[in-house]
Amino acid sequence: MPDPLIACEQVHYTYLRGTPMAAVALRGVSLEVQPGELLALIGPTGSGKSTLIQLCAGLLRPTAGVVRVLGQDLWGPRADRRRARRQVGLAFQFAEYQLFEETVRRDVAYGPKNLGCSEEEIAQRVDEALRQVGLDPAGFGDRSPFSLSGGEMRRVALAGVLAMRPGVLVLDEPTAGLDPRGREELLARIQALHRQGQTIVLVTHGMEEVARLARRVIVLHEGRIVLEGSPGEVFAHEEDLHRIGLGLPEAARLVRLLQCRGLRVADALTVEDARAAIVAALRGQDRGPR
Amino acid sequence: MDLVKYAPVGQYLPRNSPLHRLDPRTKILATMALAVVLFLLRAMAGLGLFAVASLALLVLGQIPLGYALRGLRPVIFLLLLTVVLNAFFGSGGSEARTLFVLGPLVATEEGLRTGLFVGARLLLLVTITSLLTFTTSSVELADGLEWLLRPLRRVGLPGHEIAMMMTIALRFIPTLLEETERIMKAQTARGAEFGQGNIVRRAQALVPVLVPLLLSAIRRSEELALAMEARCYSSSAPRTRMKELRWGLGDAVAGVLVVAASALLVSVR
Repeated sequence: MPDPLIACEQVHYTYLRGTPMAAVALRGVSLEVQPGELLALIGPTGSGKSTLIQLCAGLLRPTAGVVRVLGQDLWGPRADRRRARRQVGLAFQFAEYQLFEETVRRDVAYGPKNLGCSEEEIAQRVDEALRQVGLDPAGFGDRSPFSLSGGEMRRVALAGVLAMRPGVLVLDEPTAGLDPRGREELLARIQALHRQGQTIVLVTHGMEEVARLARRVIVLHEGRIVLEGSPGEVFAHEEDLHRIGLGLPEAARLVRLLQCRGLRVADALTVEDARAAIVAALRGQDRGPR
Repeated sequence: MDLVKYAPVGQYLPRNSPLHRLDPRTKILATMALAVVLFLLRAMAGLGLFAVASLALLVLGQIPLGYALRGLRPVIFLLLLTVVLNAFFGSGGSEARTLFVLGPLVATEEGLRTGLFVGARLLLLVTITSLLTFTTSSVELADGLEWLLRPLRRVGLPGHEIAMMMTIALRFIPTLLEETERIMKAQTARGAEFGQGNIVRRAQALVPVLVPLLLSAIRRSEELALAMEARCYSSSAPRTRMKELRWGLGDAVAGVLVVAASALLVSVR
């Protein structure tokens, strides 16, 4: 197995440590992010997801434990956190609230400029990043980011992170608050990025998104990893997920209900798989003895 | 980056102590009275007594000492400045005894003594005012203030509006701090560096934080205004309260104690 891009070892984090308002967010979390994978991080509100990804991006210092990016201890004595941060491109929830420039192009250029890229390189990165999120650089580049729709703004912000060319793209609830079309477009873009080899960590509340995109899922609850595995494996623990306030994708629930009613249909997580499974099951019934 | 940890001097600490249960009006008036007493004191002995009383109040209010000390951090610089300036330039008269000479500056013993006295007074002032905010939520504080400003309505002072603005402003300090932290983190993730380089560069580095912060503050205030209007808020309409302010036995006891303590302190000077 290749070296992990990010490795957390027994990471703890407490907010406002040493004050009466101290709140424990993480209690010993270990995980690895492998090159090229699409890892989904799910868990109820307050389970520590956002804290965990901020630790991975070197924005918070763990109270205890080690966070490594490309094998380097982020808070070790000779750590180069700037270099490590470039490797982890973190797009916060409602990332459009970080836009500030007068034009889309200049906003996306902010990251590469901070990296000290040359003018040509910046221009090239900006165009590429905008295309990656499905925005035409010629049409959008010179518009004000604040004149765009919510979904477009979100994608500009995402391009701002992609222009850093991070080894790992970390997305905190990228589709929250988008309309159905904006959500679909964004999900398609994330999927396309992943196919091109981009390593992605996706934090989300959408079980459908997990079922559709992720190869591996980690479930956090009260600062601990409670479940880990492929979407199929994780969603097999329906009871456990319900107990901590999560659920199954709609399609999976439909299939479960049909199974309870006696239809012999195979397990499925996505709408497409469920459709295929149900069709197959119905055909099988037709051919069966009358 | 844990901004929320830094800014608030005297941030409210929810407890169920006798001090927390007092009527906010009692606490505001008592704080004002004690502040006046503090400035009437002339001798270190008086300040010492005052300090002991403040400590007792912190204990009574179940405020951890470390928490209270943390709140003093932002005024340390001001304190040092007071002591040093007084030591060098404080009035010592012509017969002032010289402590040491630093170039053209002469530190006098009397000056240093004045400096320490003024510094201690400042420290105690911050302590008792933070005691008020440690034990009183911003909503209570505003309610109390509104009541106290009521007599001034006759001369056209809009007490309710002032109290409402104060409540809202206080309410949004932590929110805006969180927001600032979030945006700074987001820009840090895009390679920004804060607090590096000369003043001009530092200021420039803040533009990507200030623009989104301002936008979000405006958006929040619009949303808040809308939400208030949706609930038919009007500053001039007579309003009822869920929590009526009511003087209790504790307030009477507190009042008597404060008056007695003030009288004692002023007599000691």
